[in-house]
Amino acid sequence: MLQEESDLSLVIAQIVQKLKGSNLYAQLERQAWASLQRPEIKLESLKEDIKEFFKISGWEKKLQNAVYSELSVFPLPSHPAAPPEHLKEPLVYMRKAQGSWEKRILKSLNSMCTELSIPLARKRPVGEQKELLNKWNEMGTDEPDLSLFRPVYAPKDFLEVLINLRNPNYENGDSLSFRTHLGLIQVPLKVKDIPELKEFFVELGLTTGQLGIDDSTQVPPELFENEHVRIGQKVLAEQDSAAAQQYIRQGSPTALRAELWALILNISSQPEDILYYEQLKTNVIQHDLLVDSLIYKDVKLTASNDDYYFVFEDYLYQVLLCFSRDTSVLGHFAYNSASPPKSYIRGKLGLEEYAVFYPPNGVIPFHGFSMYVAPLCFLYHEPSKLYQIFREMYVRFFFRLHSISSHPSGIVSLCLLFETLLQTYLPQLFYHLREIGAQPLRISFKWMVRAFSGYLATDQLLLLWDRILGYNSLEILAARAYCQLL
Amino acid sequence: MAGKVKWVTDIEKSVLINNFEKRGWVQVTENEDWNFYWMSVQTIRNVFSVETGYRLSDDQIVNHFPNHYELTRKDLMVKNIKRYRKELEKEGSPLAEKDENGKYLYLDFVPVTYMLPADYNLFVEEFRKSPSSTWIMKPCGKAQGKGIFLINKLSQIKKWSRDSKTSSFVTQSTKEAYVISLYINNPLLIGGRKFDLRLYVLVSTYRPLRCYMYKLGFCRFCTVKYTPSTSELDNMFVHLTNVAIQKHGEDYNHIHGGKWTVNNLRLYLESTRGKEVTGKLFDEIHWIIVQSLKAVAPVMNNDKHCFECYGYDIIIDDKLKPWLIEVNASPSLTSSTANDRILKYNLINDTLNIAVPNGEIPDCKWNKSPPKEVLGNYEILYDEELAQGDGADRELRSRQGQSLGPRGGRSRDSGRTVLTTWK
Repeated sequence: MLQEESDLSLVIAQIVQKLKGSNLYAQLERQAWASLQRPEIKLESLKEDIKEFFKISGWEKKLQNAVYSELSVFPLPSHPAAPPEHLKEPLVYMRKAQGSWEKRILKSLNSMCTELSIPLARKRPVGEQKELLNKWNEMGTDEPDLSLFRPVYAPKDFLEVLINLRNPNYENGDSLSFRTHLGLIQVPLKVKDIPELKEFFVELGLTTGQLGIDDSTQVPPELFENEHVRIGQKVLAEQDSAAAQQYIRQGSPTALRAELWALILNISSQPEDILYYEQLKTNVIQHDLLVDSLIYKDVKLTASNDDYYFVFEDYLYQVLLCFSRDTSVLGHFAYNSASPPKSYIRGKLGLEEYAVFYPPNGVIPFHGFSMYVAPLCFLYHEPSKLYQIFREMYVRFFFRLHSISSHPSGIVSLCLLFETLLQTYLPQLFYHLREIGAQPLRISFKWMVRAFSGYLATDQLLLLWDRILGYNSLEILAARAYCQLL
Repeated sequence: MAGKVKWVTDIEKSVLINNFEKRGWVQVTENEDWNFYWMSVQTIRNVFSVETGYRLSDDQIVNHFPNHYELTRKDLMVKNIKRYRKELEKEGSPLAEKDENGKYLYLDFVPVTYMLPADYNLFVEEFRKSPSSTWIMKPCGKAQGKGIFLINKLSQIKKWSRDSKTSSFVTQSTKEAYVISLYINNPLLIGGRKFDLRLYVLVSTYRPLRCYMYKLGFCRFCTVKYTPSTSELDNMFVHLTNVAIQKHGEDYNHIHGGKWTVNNLRLYLESTRGKEVTGKLFDEIHWIIVQSLKAVAPVMNNDKHCFECYGYDIIIDDKLKPWLIEVNASPSLTSSTANDRILKYNLINDTLNIAVPNGEIPDCKWNKSPPKEVLGNYEILYDEELAQGDGADRELRSRQGQSLGPRGGRSRDSGRTVLTTWK
């Protein structure tokens, strides 16, 4: 009990610390001061009265949502003496693997840079700045010569790295037994089996109504859909993040989805947020980064050719170019096994005072990266809101899909979960595919890395992402990949 | 009847021919005994013309109505709709209700249009009322965006002024006739781009009116960002959505062809604007299609040998109001992308299933009531017989509880739109 209590107080202390620096804190303070004018606030019962005021005016709810948000993202409480690396990734061999993978990526980036003699970053001349500002809403029409650029890596390169992951402390033994994992991933991580998945995803059971199934044309709406929509509207009226997260496990009605996701991710477009986005836009205008070309290339190769997303090409630039320059993203590296690449001012290699993170947000885009943003364009057409939602989705979920870690939602676990499900429940199919040289993971890997974006029709995809948000886990991707092969 | 259907066509498109062949039909020439002729609009003119025409026998079916141009020529369509509205107004129908500005509440779905040179003076009067407006000039008899241009100054259309001494044409032959319509300069934009809707509507008979809507319509996007700026009035890539024009643009993409399915549009609008307004929009679109068909039904030669598949072009403005731009008698059967080819193949397939029941030699005296199973991707848009059958059923679109007002007034013009595409 004592241990639990001290864990809890540690968590509380850390959350309070985090929130103290936030905008919400400043707003609450202002609201508290302003409330002193109100007649119902009496000096004798100041604390209770202000608390009551917060409750009625909805500010308590906002605070609740913020705390809930922190809890969702916060790594599990660990030993107070644990070093920060353990927060990122507890297993040493995983950390090492991630480290060497990062070195490879950076090397590849630097060599492209040297080959093409393009600086990693440069300040744009004023003329160019003006031009870009005019073209801001139609950057898709720009036709820079991208032929010499290639994506820094593609999902299949990453897969090769994962296949070669080994735990040096684990000895498999040479003999094959029925326990031997026949898949490509050969690390001993704990993944859920079907009974555990059933328990975890209890709301997806056959007896519970689901959108995407129970709202199809043949089913009369009175049976499920109408009630579900009504509840959704209620949840939105209450502005309760936790309730929204629970609700969305059964899928979100299309008309409510944009608001529900914003509520769950605790995004509300404040003037400060819009200002922040404008600031990022200014950074884009003033400086050109090498990764910009990588982003252009990626969009042109993927989203522009997609039946659903080609329409939103220009939004993708507006989001991704700003994303690269957003240093607030660096915060997520505290719980990401990856670390932001460092670059050094010319001639000062190795000198820490001259090191900068490159790109400023520490995230080097790979082939298909823009597809994380594309589906969101169906929900949000206001650029700063779209940006916020994407950024939050990235630092909560998407980063796990391209970094090596032991986290249950990390791509390694997802791959292992997928393969284990297949091997356990469809052994004949699995074995057959192996025999003909078509390891199933090679097919499904790209689906999972992209969270199925571009591989599913948008309405199906959004229903899938509803569940990612609802269960705060990416395991649904592995389950979905498994179902695809059924 | 044991014989195989004998078909002819003068449109060499694989989506047609593959469909005929897969039914085991036999190709013949037009001089032989044929049962099914998929003809171009020129040919239908000959078949039904006074000089060169001939009688069709009971086992012959063609894919156009003799005077389809009442609907498919831009000037005649507008004429017929104006006439229809006036008639409804005269008989005091609630459908013809107007608002305080004199605009029709339920029948204002065609942009203000005038014929040139006939209505030139009327047009000038209208133009002067809002001199900063833009107008679009369209030749009556052309297609694929040919000959269309935008104007914002009277001087640009001096030629069509009846009194003009520099008028270069003296006859008013139908070939040179133009219509001029108020340009919708506030189209709904998605991703900053203008688009229009192409919907396919099959009419098997006009009296009683029986029509079907193809569920898989699509949106055609311009490749260039939309701007109402006057400097770009000449840039057809900004303004005209016809694929025939867009595919020559620099940014034309051959994978998706700048097209979206109507379902995508629906998903996008529901997600960003809400379910009610989206449902209302689609209801209105169905409404205007049905009204346009009702408008021409009285003047249409309802020859029992005929059916027709129209391509409706509709633009949505930024207030989510749909506008009928035009109706095509010969919607393009060319495929610009792989998806397109599949769509058009299926379109013809479903059309043939409805028009030529069971794929057998047709008897044009049949009741033109196909069973539900053969509809494929079509849905009943309006069935006048069914509607009159339950005249007591006044509920037109009460689902949305919309403000379109009472429309079940008389059994003649009330009808039930059976469509439930928005489910």
